[in-house]
Amino acid sequence: MLQIPLWNRVLIWGVVALGVALAMPNLFYERVERHNDAVAVIEATGATTDALAEDVSLWPSVLPSSLVNLGLDLRGGAHLLAEVEVEDVYVARLDALWPELRDVLRQERETIGTIRRQDAPAGELRVQISQADGMGEAVAAARSLAEPVVSLTGVGSSTLDVRGQGDILTVTLSEAEQQATDDRTMQQSVEIVRRRVDEAGTREPTIQRQGADRILIQVPGIGSAQELKELIGTTARLTFHPVIGRTDSAEGAGSRQIILPDIEEQGVFYILEETPVVTGDDLVDSQPGFDQQNGQPNVSFRFNTHGARLFGEYTSANVGAPFAIVLDNEVISAPTIRQAITGGSGQISGNFTVESSTELAVLLRAGALPAEMTFLEERTIGPELGADSIEAGRIAAMVAFAAVLVFMIASYGLFGLFANIALIFNVALIFGVLSLIGATLTLPGIAGIVLTIGMAVDANVLVFERIREELKTARGPARAIELGYSRALSAITDANITTFIIATILFVLGSGPVRGFSVTLGIGIVTSVFTAIYVTRLLIVTWFDRARPKTIEV
Amino acid sequence: MRLKLVPDNTSINFFKYARLTFGASIVAMVLSIAIWLMMGLNFGIDFLGGTTIRTESSQAIDVADYREALDPLNLGDISITEVFDPTFAADQHVAMIRIQAQAGAESVTPETIAAIETALLSLDPAMTFPSVESVGPKVSGELITTAMLAVGASLVAILFYIWLRFEWQFSVGAVAALVHDVILTIGVFSLLQIRFDLATIAALLTIIGYSINDTVVIFDRLRENLIKYKKRDLQEVMNISANETLSRTLMTSGTTLLALIALLILGGDVIRGFVFAITWGVIVGTYSSIYVAKNVVLMIGVKRDWTKPDSKAGTQFSNIDA
Repeated sequence: MLQIPLWNRVLIWGVVALGVALAMPNLFYERVERHNDAVAVIEATGATTDALAEDVSLWPSVLPSSLVNLGLDLRGGAHLLAEVEVEDVYVARLDALWPELRDVLRQERETIGTIRRQDAPAGELRVQISQADGMGEAVAAARSLAEPVVSLTGVGSSTLDVRGQGDILTVTLSEAEQQATDDRTMQQSVEIVRRRVDEAGTREPTIQRQGADRILIQVPGIGSAQELKELIGTTARLTFHPVIGRTDSAEGAGSRQIILPDIEEQGVFYILEETPVVTGDDLVDSQPGFDQQNGQPNVSFRFNTHGARLFGEYTSANVGAPFAIVLDNEVISAPTIRQAITGGSGQISGNFTVESSTELAVLLRAGALPAEMTFLEERTIGPELGADSIEAGRIAAMVAFAAVLVFMIASYGLFGLFANIALIFNVALIFGVLSLIGATLTLPGIAGIVLTIGMAVDANVLVFERIREELKTARGPARAIELGYSRALSAITDANITTFIIATILFVLGSGPVRGFSVTLGIGIVTSVFTAIYVTRLLIVTWFDRARPKTIEV
Repeated sequence: MRLKLVPDNTSINFFKYARLTFGASIVAMVLSIAIWLMMGLNFGIDFLGGTTIRTESSQAIDVADYREALDPLNLGDISITEVFDPTFAADQHVAMIRIQAQAGAESVTPETIAAIETALLSLDPAMTFPSVESVGPKVSGELITTAMLAVGASLVAILFYIWLRFEWQFSVGAVAALVHDVILTIGVFSLLQIRFDLATIAALLTIIGYSINDTVVIFDRLRENLIKYKKRDLQEVMNISANETLSRTLMTSGTTLLALIALLILGGDVIRGFVFAITWGVIVGTYSSIYVAKNVVLMIGVKRDWTKPDSKAGTQFSNIDA
C-alpha cells in the first residue's frame, strides 16, 4: 500500500519549509536590502545612528536575510573585461635587476673587463663585456643573482636564464619565473582594482580573475563603463627620474634614455634616464593638500624606509640638478633639487584642481597597477532599462504561472491542484537556493525560471499520465498510484539528467548572462524533480489516507 | 469535465505519412542551410565585435535623420533599427544603433561614444542612452569558438548518455533529431534576420535540452514496450509507444508554450530574440521527437530480444531499471 515513513515526511516538509524561509526575504527586497546595508555599515564602523537603527529594524534579525543578487542587466551598472599586459612586468623586473648585475659584474672586472648595457628587445637584458674570454665568469656572476622560483609548479627551477654568446651576456626571466610573475601580477592587479573600486564605495562589485591574464569587473549602480575605466584603468605609476635635458621633439633618445612629454605644455619634452631613482612602490601614504606658499592644491607623499634612503642618497648627491616626477609616462613637474631630502616625504605640485589632487592621492594610495590593462569588452546598462526588464519579467512570470496553474487544474482536477502546490514550492525552492548560494539573477535567468515553471510540471504530467494508464488495468487506485510513480521514474530520470548535462555545459562554457541562465535552469531541474517526486506524492498519499476514495479520477 | 488535449485511447499511425513528414524535415533542413548560406546570420556584437547603443527618445524616430547625424563621424558600417514593443509607453521611442568594430581599438574609445552621443543629442536634446555595449574583436573571436564548442560538447554528451542508457541506434536517432532542431532554428534566424548572439546560443542549448527530454520519454516507453511485445513489428511497437506518450508530450509542450508565450509577449524586447528561439525550438523539438528520432531508429533497426543479456550490444548500464 501507499506508505511514506514518518522521517521521510518530516524531511520533505523540512526541506520545503527551509526553502520557503530562505526565499521569503526576496519578497521584501528593498526592506531587506536596507537592513543588510545598515548592518554592514554598523559592522564596519562600529557606530550606530538613529537612521541606521531604523533601517536595521526593518527586518527582524532572526529571519534569514540573504537575497538573490540582481545582475547588471537588471540593476544597471557597468561591466568591463580587461586584459592585463603581463609582459610589462618582465621589463620592469629586468630593469630593477640592472644595478645589482652591474655591481656583481664590476667585482669581476679583472677577468671580464668593462661592461656596457646594450639596447635589447623587451624582456631581455643585454650586457657587453670588453674581454670575451671572461664570459664564463660573467655568466657565473650573473647566475649568482638567480633565486629559486617561489611557486607550486616552478619548484626546483631558478628565476633567471643567463646565456653568454661572444661578448654579449643575455639575461631573461626563466619560463617558470615568468609564470610565477604572471600569477603575482594578476593577483596584484585584481587586488588593486578591488581597492580602487572599494574606495569609490559602490555596492557588491564583482572583481574576478578570468583565465590566464584577464579580469572581469562588474560594478552595479555606477553611471557608465567610462567612469569605471577612468577609475581602474589608470596605471598610476609614479616614478622619479634624473633629468638629462629639455627638448622640443619626441625623437632622438640616447641609449638607456627616455623622452617623455610634459603633462601641460604642448611640445615640451624631457630627456630622462630610463631607470628611475625611486618608484611609487615605495610610497606608504599620499594625501591631497595645499601649497603653503601659493595656496594651490598639491599632493603630499611619504616614502617607506627603503624609498626614503634611496631618495635621500640621490638628492644629497645631486643638489642643484633637476629631477622629474613622472606619472604614467608624463612629466608632472621637473623641479630642481634645492637641498637633500632625507625625511622621506615630499610634495608634488602641478596644475591641480582640488578634485584632481584628491583623485591622484587616492590612486597613489591604492597603489600602482603592476601592468597596463587593455579593455576587451565593456557594457553599460542604465538603471531604468534594468527596472523595466524586472517589471516585464515579473509580469510575464506571473501570467505564465497563472496560465500553467489553470491549465493543470483543468487537465488533472484535484491532482492538478496538488501539482500546482508543488509548483509554488518549486519556485520558492529555486529562490531559496539562489539566495543561499548568493547566485546572481540575470534577465535570461528569469527566462530560465519561467521555462522551469513550464517544464516543472513535466515530471508530474509523466506520473499522472502513467497513473491514468495504470488505472485501466491495475487493481484499485492505490496500486495505480504506486505503479504510476515507480514506472514513470525511469523516464523522469533520463529526461532530467540529459537537461542537467546541458545546464552543466552552459555553466562551464558560458559567461555572464548565459551562466546566470544555466544556474537557474540547473537549480530548477533539481528542485522540480524533488517537488514532483516527493512533494506531490506526499500530498497525494496524505489525501488518499484521509479520503480513502474507492475510485479516483486523474 | 477534464480538459483533454488527446482522447483517451489513440491509435494514430505516425508512420502513415512517414515519407511525407520525413521528406518535409529533410527539405526544411536543406532550405534552412540554403537560407543560412545565402542570407547569413545577423550576428550580434558578441560574435562580430563592435558597439551597440540603445537610445530612448520621446520624439518619433526617423532612421534617415539618425543616419544623417552619424554619417559625418565616419564610423564605417552603421545599422540603425527602431525597436517596437507592446510594453513601451506611447511616447517611448527606442532605437538600437550598431557600429562596426573600429580599426586599431579593442573596445570602443570614449571619444567615439561621446561623439555619437553629441551627434544624436542634436536631434533630441532629451534623448537618453540606456545601454552602451562594446565588444572587442579579440573576445568576439573567442566567444564564437566557445559557443561552437558548447553546442558540440552537448551533442556528444547526449550521444554518449543515450548510448549508455539505451542502445547506440537510439543515440543516433536522438542526435539526428537534435541536429534537425538546431539547423531549423539557425534557418529561421537567418530568414527573419533576428540578432544572433550569446543568448541565442544559450537558447539553442536549451532547445537541445528540451528536445532530448521529449525524445527520451518516448524512447523510454519504446524500450519498455519492446520487452512487452516481443513478437510485434518494430514500427507497430513504435506507434503504440508514441500513442501512449502522446498525451504527455502535448501536455508538457502545452504548459511550456503557455509560459513562453507569456514571456514572448510581456517579457520586453531585450530578451525577445532569446525567448523566440526557445519557443520555436519547443515546437520543432516536439515535432522532431515524434517524426524524426523514431524514423531514424526504424531505418537503422534495433535489437529486439531484450531478455537475454547480449554482450555485443549496449552497455552494462543499458538495462539497469528496465
